[in-house]
Amino acid sequence: MNKRNLIVSSAPHVVSPVNTSRIMLDVLIALVPAVAMATYVFGMRALLLTAVCAAACVAFEYAVEKILKRDVTISDLSAAVTGVILSLNLPANLPFWMAIVGAFIAIVLVKQLFGGMGQNFANPAITARVALFVGFATAMTNFPLPVAQQTADAITGATPLGLFAKGMVEELPSNAQMFFGTIGGSMGETSALALLIGGAYLLFKKVIEPTIPACFIGTVAVMAILTGNDPIFHVCAGGVMLGSIFMATDYVTSPITTKGKVIFGIGCGLLTMVIRLFASYPEGVSFAILIMNILTPHIDNLTIPALNGVPKEKKAKKGGDK
Amino acid sequence: MEKKSKLSILLNGIIKENPTFILVLGTCPTIAVTTQAFNGLGMGLCVTLVLMCSNIFISLLKKIIPDTVRIPCYIVVIAAFVTIVQFLLQAFLPDLNKSLGVFIPLIVVNCIILGRAEMFANKNSVIDSAMDGIGMGLGCTLALTLVGTIREIIGNGTWMGITLTANMITPFSLLILAPGGFFVFGLMIAVMNKLTKGGVKRKSFDCEGCPTASACQNKEGGCN
Repeated sequence: MNKRNLIVSSAPHVVSPVNTSRIMLDVLIALVPAVAMATYVFGMRALLLTAVCAAACVAFEYAVEKILKRDVTISDLSAAVTGVILSLNLPANLPFWMAIVGAFIAIVLVKQLFGGMGQNFANPAITARVALFVGFATAMTNFPLPVAQQTADAITGATPLGLFAKGMVEELPSNAQMFFGTIGGSMGETSALALLIGGAYLLFKKVIEPTIPACFIGTVAVMAILTGNDPIFHVCAGGVMLGSIFMATDYVTSPITTKGKVIFGIGCGLLTMVIRLFASYPEGVSFAILIMNILTPHIDNLTIPALNGVPKEKKAKKGGDK
Repeated sequence: MEKKSKLSILLNGIIKENPTFILVLGTCPTIAVTTQAFNGLGMGLCVTLVLMCSNIFISLLKKIIPDTVRIPCYIVVIAAFVTIVQFLLQAFLPDLNKSLGVFIPLIVVNCIILGRAEMFANKNSVIDSAMDGIGMGLGCTLALTLVGTIREIIGNGTWMGITLTANMITPFSLLILAPGGFFVFGLMIAVMNKLTKGGVKRKSFDCEGCPTASACQNKEGGCN
């Protein structure tokens, strides 16, 4: 497991079966439990919204690449993954056309206009979620209750974090409910269990490394303990699981080195908790990941590993100054 | 600089060297006040008036103003006209004055006006400078109105205060917030670049047209 050094030996080379479409297929498989859980909790509307988002993302990717005369890359499944992750960031009862606006922002504005696959400066799904959240504030915060808890009078309700932000601590659901996901919220945010199953699959397939999710979730838990809150509640609530496993680990927009990943994960966790506890929004995961996405190039610059066999010039200079 | 006809100077600012989309000057008011088409139009006309008057005056005074202190002199001239415009707005259009707020006094430091004074008015005749001021001002007005139109229709469902789609579909209110200004502005520059095939030619940005030419010529790191 020496990943730091890219050693290109002389031929013959072994061709790895791992390519973009294989990785994206693994991510799609890992998202199945979360989509299934969302469908179980919120009904068929959730599955339909996922399908609309994925189809819209693929269609926009195809259209833009045709118009800009680029190679059509819809078969690498990355647009479909963006669509599914975007849908998991939305409330299940969001109007379809708003979801399509989100797909437009994710694929056209964030991904293709910046050069397509691998060139985007921020995660397309998270940017689309933030844009929709700011642009359609009412529809995006009108979270449905789980089908089993809906009554004739109450189809939507506050999320656990919404209750927390208002200080209605006694009405919060139990930690078991939070973990299994029978709570209100965005489609993919509710069930920590389903997301953890997907994350375990990705770890097993070595699609993601555990560094960023562990640092992200760990920082959230530590911050919760330090501020006298329930760490299990804060880890299971909102988008921490979804964000840390599926969005913060995006290859393009997270640092390359392990040290950089640690900084990235801790930064996400810190910003999330600062927004949750001190800012006016009840949830901060998407903003935290977006801010850290933008900082990623700088983190990469700060954490370039030292080259083997090259004397450490900087330290020698510092010594000389003294 | 070759002699140009009065009409071509006028049209130059509207499309070929549109101050907002091609020269990318005065972007601060472009993003800040264009939440409504009417604000964009009002801001653009204020800029046009100030730009025309200041261009005429600076062109008249170009022999008198000493080269070393020309920027403060320009600022004094521009500030005088901005003050006049603000008094006029306060007297006759108090609502517009309120919604444009601090961006009216900030016209003093608008790069379009200072840029045209430096690039054009101080080396061209009075009438040419006036035409340039009107052309550039109209280009700026068109650009601000266009950006304001797009932002107001999509972001608020209205245009010039008239309700268009606000009752039928939920407006995408991101566009009337600050990020929407950057989105629309960026996309408009992209469209203009596409239409004008890569924007204005580099040649027109040589030292003759460069505002900092006298400061950077024959110096280390300068163009020459």
